[in-house]
Parts: sequence; structure tokens; C-alpha cells
Amino acid sequence: MGKKYTRRDFLEKGSKGVIAASLIPSFLSSASAETLYFRKGENAVLQEYLDHFNVTEKIINDIIAEALSKGGDYCDLFFQHNIKNFIGLEDQLVNRAYSNIDFGVGIRVLKGDQTGYSFTEEISADAMKNAARTAANIADSNKLVKPVQLKFKDHPLYYEINTPWEKVGIDQKVPYLQRINEMVFAEDKRIIKSSVSFSDESSYIMVATSEGIIACDYQPMGRIGVSCNAEQNGKREENYFDLAGRRGIDFFTPANVERLAKEAVRRTVELFDAVKPEAGEMPVVLAAGSSGILLHEAIGHGMEADFNRKNVSIFSDKINKPVAEKFVTIVDDATNPNMRGSINIDDEGNSTQKTYLVEDGILRSYLHDRISAKYYGVQPTGNGRRESFRFSPLPRMRNTYMLPGPHTKDEIIATIDKGIYAESFTNGQVFIGAGDFTFYVKSGYLIEGGKMTKPIKDINIIGNGPDVLKKITMVADDLQLAEGGWTCGKNGQRAPVSQGLPTVKVSSITVGGLNSAS
Amino acid sequence: MKNNEKLSLAEWVIKEAIKNGADEVSVDISSGRGVEVEFREKKLDKLQEATTNALSLKVYADKKFSVYSTNDLKKDTLTGFVKEAVAGTKYLSQDEFRKLPDPKYYPQTTKDDLKIKDPGFEKIDTSERIRIASEIEKAALETSDQIISASAGYSDGSYSGVLVNSNGFAGEYTETVFSAGAEVTVKDQEGGRPEDWMYCSVRFFNELPPTDFLGVTAAKRALQKIGQKKIKSGKYTMLVENRAAGRLIGVLRGAMTARSIQQKASFLDGMLDKKIASEKLTVIDDPFLKKGLNSRFFDGEGLAAVRRVMINNGVLKNYFVDNYYGRKIGMDLTTASPANVLYEKGSRSFDEIVKDIKHGIIVNGFIGGNSNSTTGDFSFGIVGQLVENGEIIHPVNEMNLSGNAKDFFMALEEMGNDPYPYSSNMIPSMLFTEASFSGL
Repeated sequence: MGKKYTRRDFLEKGSKGVIAASLIPSFLSSASAETLYFRKGENAVLQEYLDHFNVTEKIINDIIAEALSKGGDYCDLFFQHNIKNFIGLEDQLVNRAYSNIDFGVGIRVLKGDQTGYSFTEEISADAMKNAARTAANIADSNKLVKPVQLKFKDHPLYYEINTPWEKVGIDQKVPYLQRINEMVFAEDKRIIKSSVSFSDESSYIMVATSEGIIACDYQPMGRIGVSCNAEQNGKREENYFDLAGRRGIDFFTPANVERLAKEAVRRTVELFDAVKPEAGEMPVVLAAGSSGILLHEAIGHGMEADFNRKNVSIFSDKINKPVAEKFVTIVDDATNPNMRGSINIDDEGNSTQKTYLVEDGILRSYLHDRISAKYYGVQPTGNGRRESFRFSPLPRMRNTYMLPGPHTKDEIIATIDKGIYAESFTNGQVFIGAGDFTFYVKSGYLIEGGKMTKPIKDINIIGNGPDVLKKITMVADDLQLAEGGWTCGKNGQRAPVSQGLPTVKVSSITVGGLNSAS
Repeated sequence: MKNNEKLSLAEWVIKEAIKNGADEVSVDISSGRGVEVEFREKKLDKLQEATTNALSLKVYADKKFSVYSTNDLKKDTLTGFVKEAVAGTKYLSQDEFRKLPDPKYYPQTTKDDLKIKDPGFEKIDTSERIRIASEIEKAALETSDQIISASAGYSDGSYSGVLVNSNGFAGEYTETVFSAGAEVTVKDQEGGRPEDWMYCSVRFFNELPPTDFLGVTAAKRALQKIGQKKIKSGKYTMLVENRAAGRLIGVLRGAMTARSIQQKASFLDGMLDKKIASEKLTVIDDPFLKKGLNSRFFDGEGLAAVRRVMINNGVLKNYFVDNYYGRKIGMDLTTASPANVLYEKGSRSFDEIVKDIKHGIIVNGFIGGNSNSTTGDFSFGIVGQLVENGEIIHPVNEMNLSGNAKDFFMALEEMGNDPYPYSSNMIPSMLFTEASFSGL
């Protein structure tokens, strides 16, 4: 493929089965996206976004003035146009499609660390001024605001794709689902049901702040998920596998399509042999990859700076203190190419980075949004994220993972006489203050006498964040990042994230399982 | 946008869709206005206010089906939107079960009032909202000097919408919701900072509980967790507090849907009219509860609301059968998801039940965990209290409750007399003779 799709292209009309043309606000149909595309330079990019949202720098300045008219210290405008598509196959048929279009602007006013917020789904000067007046009410004095000179803020590109999703028609996606479905049934005769889904998303965002920053980004997302049900001797089992990321359709290569089908089947039929481990504390080995859910729950949320600013995190008093062995380094990184949690800029217009939560065992940095960075007198870390223009930003994780350590997977397994190896997960949760966290193991293996033996399924693991960090006694050299479609929920807002881990040994943690005696 | 304007817009969208080649259409248009206030450290932390609109269009064309939704309700953009929605549907597979519900399931018109709209909504002033949140925070902070942080919140919203199906159904609703409460974090000598919350939602502003009740309850619940620790793995009598118990019923509910049965992913497949729980469990879906948080005359597909006994003395009486999967498995339709869920309650209070527990765990809340609707397996993290000989000994945490729903509910010994009033799932506390916990 020739050009990479970045921020420049906009929606195009008339492709087959593409819900696109009508999604473009009516004003845009007069401006030709193609003409704009051939202009060069950052001003052209900015101009496309301004046109896309039908605003000018003058209008933005007027809105900022309105928002700060009651004495607010700062305000930002978050414009967003989001198009989500889903198609699903069930019972051999691609028999459902869902599409959603969302368009609007959120206006936030800060007075100290107090927040006023409003949004409008109609991007007209009047509607935005109304919303700005509502958000302005967090402050209660009068102020005349001087216009700011908006300066375009460029950013690196961590997820260029060849074709934006709204140019990919349903007819192009349908064959993927049919192919995967055929492969699932061909793979194992015990499969009785298969459902396959294909989801994609295009999100165009533009942030303008009263400090004169204006930035924009195109944020794509693609995911294929496969779930199977199998039957053997009257017993049924279910499981799933998915691949997701800030990717275009060319990510779904024949090799990935085959992996989706085979891995979903393997994970399902293996459960027929699965047993439940005994209940209680035991050593747990976390497989390289999506086991990074451990970090997300055990430390990641507790390091989000809003919880620390409010003094409600168990990590509130631990910065620069040792929290883990020297070979433990944990980062939250926005810059991994095409990962689900990567962002070129955050939703407050801040540059993003790789942030060290734990460096060589020492607790280093919280994850900041603007409010918390001001509070702590540090630079924002680029973690200010929001579900959509309907929400004010919060410190959120991106891709949270542990760097490789000195051990090997085989060495780790060999140290355990009786424990479990956790491989795939569905969900987790944490109590920020108490530090209790859980994650649900969908499948894994028993470890007996230094070897992986029978499969296990459906058990919850529960531990305490700081305690478990100390109990990470071995870290292997085989870091993998999760490939699935992880979504984090916080304060009613969802955000795409990812995580990763090398093979890790936790010397002792409570595993849900069977009780042999009362 | 008023409901009569929404109705005429929906009719217009249906005409456009049919003009473009749809056979049948369902249109849902909704709007809402909400205000949210957060209060902490004796000052306003956040004030949010906004209005939303949404239109969702289900297209049935040539036995093919898709759903398109947008928040742009202007006719000039909708014209193109509807055209593309119908055009996009053509690329899918034909599926003989894709059609609107049989009109026999649609409701008759009713003059009844479900009491889900507070006529005083418009008169509530933001200073009043802030006052409520500030009082809740104050009440929480005054409860103890061990409190590190209290965040109080108040929110309200007015929502309205219409649903029009092209084969003869049009319905509308208007409702209000008011919520208030607090989250409190306290200091534990061991270094932990246990937290808990108390939030309530009601239909009428003047039915919100007193602000001091909300603040003090949140604080007391957090204080109760000081000194929590895990105890030995094993089988214990278990009393699940009312507001937490819905999580357990969710294990059954996930396996009671027509989809899970049709997809062979339900451990309750084939269990209709069979015993799935002890006789103490009677579950009723009641859409007509006055002031209910989920009361309605029709569901999301336009199916008439009906009061149904779902589980009667432990015997499964109904599944949740939606239009599509109902057709697929040849079952009469009920509804895709319950309205207000009521339970046959017991005679004793929570405290009375505790007095008779010899060796047990009170579960006050769950954390994480999941369940498997195909096999019935479940495993959840818990927080609670250890009970010995009728006395609460100390708080417990960092433990898992695990089991299989096929036999787990047979151990349900007693329902409390305390249905939780602030949820559409009005569940009483539940006592189980035996449950399996993992800890030390």
C-alpha cells in the first residue's frame, strides 16, 4: 500500500455498504475532503479539522471567552466525531449489523481544581455558547477574557493505517466472518456453536484550550472476536479469543484469521478436561501477555493521580519508596505502535509518553491529567482521557506492562510444586483504598511437581495490591503485550486499554476453587 | 424535543426507510436532560449539565437486519442516514427469523399512571442540588475522625422517548430519576484505606432519603471495614446483605435468556418447570410497580409489559424471551430483560438472622469475579464479616466465594424481610446454609 492514512483523510461518499456519507454533517458536503487532502503542511491538517467541525478560530475564541466569563481559570473544548460499526455472525449467517454515529463538543471550565462541564450535540455557535455559559457556572465572578492565539500542536503517529474504517464497506468485512466460522467448525467436530464479531471505530478529535493549544487526531480501532460452544458426552463448554488494536483491516491477515479460529477452538475444547484447583493461597504463575491485568488492577488504578490527590489510594504515601523486587519495572505507555491503549495526544491535548510507575522496584510516578499535574506541580503525563465529548477527562491508564526480568519461563514453572498457571482472563476489579483486587481466570493449568498438568477454568483470584507487588519473586525475559479488546471502566467512563507481562511468579495469592473440608 | 414531535419524526423516518426499500422498521427516539453535582472538601468539585438526543433505527429488509443510531436528529442529515442504513443492510445474510414482533404482543392503550415522573423536576434549582450534596458530605465527615475523604454526589435527570414499530405499535414514556449519596474512605492502622458508599435512586425528588442518613451510612459502612482480614478457606454459613445479593441472582439471569438457550450456552436449558433453587426462592418480574425504577408499559421491542412469576418456590417458570431468539426456538415471547424484580420475602430481619448464625460469613459486597452461563460455575471476590455464635467478630476481605449455580441455590435457607428499596432489583438479604470460600 502507498500512503499511510493518518489524520488527513476525511469521510468519503458512496462506497458500497458504507455508512459514511450521511454521517458527515451537512455543512461538510459542500467542502470537498479530497481537495483538502492534497494541501500540505500542518495548517492544512488543522484547517480540515476546523472545517470538519464547522468552526473557525474566531468562533473557538468566542466560546472560550464565554466559558471563562465568570472567572474560570482555564477551559478546553473537545470536539469529537465518532463512527462505530459492528457486524456479527451467528448460526452460520452474518445476520446483524449495528452502526452508531456520535458528534458533539464538550466544554470544560476549571476554577482551581473545581470542574464545570457541559456538552452539546449540535455544533453551532449558539449551542456551544449556551453550553459554555453552563460550564462557566463553576466560577462566580465576572471577567473580561482576551482572545488567545491558537497554536497548532503536532504529535507523533503511533497508529497510522492504510484505510480509515469508514471507507471499508460491510461487503468487505463479511468474508472474514464467514471464513473464520468455517475454520472453527472444520477445526473440531465437538464445536456446536460459533459466533464471530467484527467491530471497528473511527474517532476524529480536536482539542482547543484557553492556553492557546489546538491539536487534533484520528483514532482508529479494529477488533475481531470469536466465541465457541462445544459439546462432549452431553457436557458443554464455552470460551473465546479476540484480536484488537488501533489497526486497519489489513491487520486481519490470513495468519491472524487462522489464529482467531484455532485459538478460540483450542481454548474451548480444552475445558472438557479442566479441573478446579483447591481453594486457598498458593503460588500463581501468570502467563506472558494478557496477565498484565494483574498490573492494571494491583497497581495501575491506585497510581491514577486523582485518587492520590484525594488521598484515597493505598499508594498515596509510597512515592519513591521500594514496593517490589529490584527486577520489577512497570510502565504505562501511550506510545506502543497500534496497541489498543496507545494515544498520540491525550484528550486534554497533552503530549503522551511512556510513564514509569515502578522503576527497579521503586514507586516513581502517578498517572496525571491536567488537574492532578497542577496539584502536584509536575508536567502532565498524557493520561487525561475521556469516553467521549459527554465526559470530562480523568487520569486513565493506556498500555500498562512490566518490562522483562532476569528469569525464564521454564525456571519459574520448575520452582513450583503445587500451584496454578493463569493464561486467559475475562475481567478484574480493585478497591483503590483497601488495595483488594481481583481478576477472573477463564483458563489456565495446574502446576504439579514443577510441571504444567491439567487445564483449569473459571476461578477468581483475589489479592492486595502492595502485598502482591512484594510477592512478585520471579520475572521472565519473555514480555508480551495483550492483543485482545480490553476496556477499562472508571467513574462510569469506558476507555480502551491494553496491558502486558512477561511470565511472572507471585509466591502466594488467594485462588477461588474447591474446598475439600469445612 | 417533545414526545409528539418525536412521534412525528419517527413516523417520517419510517416512511423514508420504507421508501428506500425497507420492509419493516422500528424507530426509537429519546432525549434527556441531566445535572450532576459532586462535593468534596467542603466545596463544589464538579458541576455538569447537558442535554442528549438519540435516534435508533432498526431496518428489516429482505429478511436482513441492522440497527443504525445517531445523535443528529436534523431531517436533512437523517434523509441520507436512512438511505445508507437501508442500503447497508442489503450486504448481510438473509435470516428467516428477522422480522418485527407479532402485533399480538403489543400493549393495549392504558390510562394508568406508573408514577415515574416527578412534575416538580423543572423547579429544582442548582443551589438546592449543591445544598443536598454539601449536607451529605458534612454528615459523613462528622461521623468519625478516622475519615480520610468523603465525596458526596447528587444527580437528577428527566428522560423521555418514543418507540414506533411500522407494523402497528407506537408508545411513549417520560420519567425522572434523582440520585444522591456519598463515598467515604477511612484510615486503617494497617495502612489500608477501606472505602464504601451509599447511593440511592428514586423517582420523586421528595422521596430521597435524608442527607444525614446517606452520609452517615456511607461512613459507617467504611468504618465497619477497619481491621479487615482474610480467614481460613472452607465452608461457611453465608448471609448475603440485600444490596449485594443481586450479583448472585445475576448468575441465574444470565442463563435464563432465550439467546443463551438457543446458543446452547445455558445450564438452565430444559429446566422449565423444574427445581433450580430451594423453595425459598420466588422471583417476580413486575413492570407495573408504582414509582418503580424500571416500571414500564412496554419493553425495548414494544412487547407489552406483563407481571410474571419467573421462579416459583424454586421452580423455573419462565425464561426471558425476546423477539428474535423466541422465534428461533419457537417459544412465546416474554421480554428480553426484567423490569422491577420482586422477591417473596421472609419474616426475619437481617439482625435476627445474624443472631442464629453459628459459624458464618456475612457478605456485604462483591468485588470482581464472573460466572459461566454454560456450566453454572461462578467465582466472586467478597468483603464481609465473620460471625461466630451470633456475634460479628471482625470484618473479612480478600476472599473468594465459588460454586456452581446448579446446586448452589438449593442451599438457600431463608430470605430476609428487607427488600432493598433503592434498586429495580428489590432483593432481600439471603441466607445460605453452606457456601465455599477461599482465603488463607
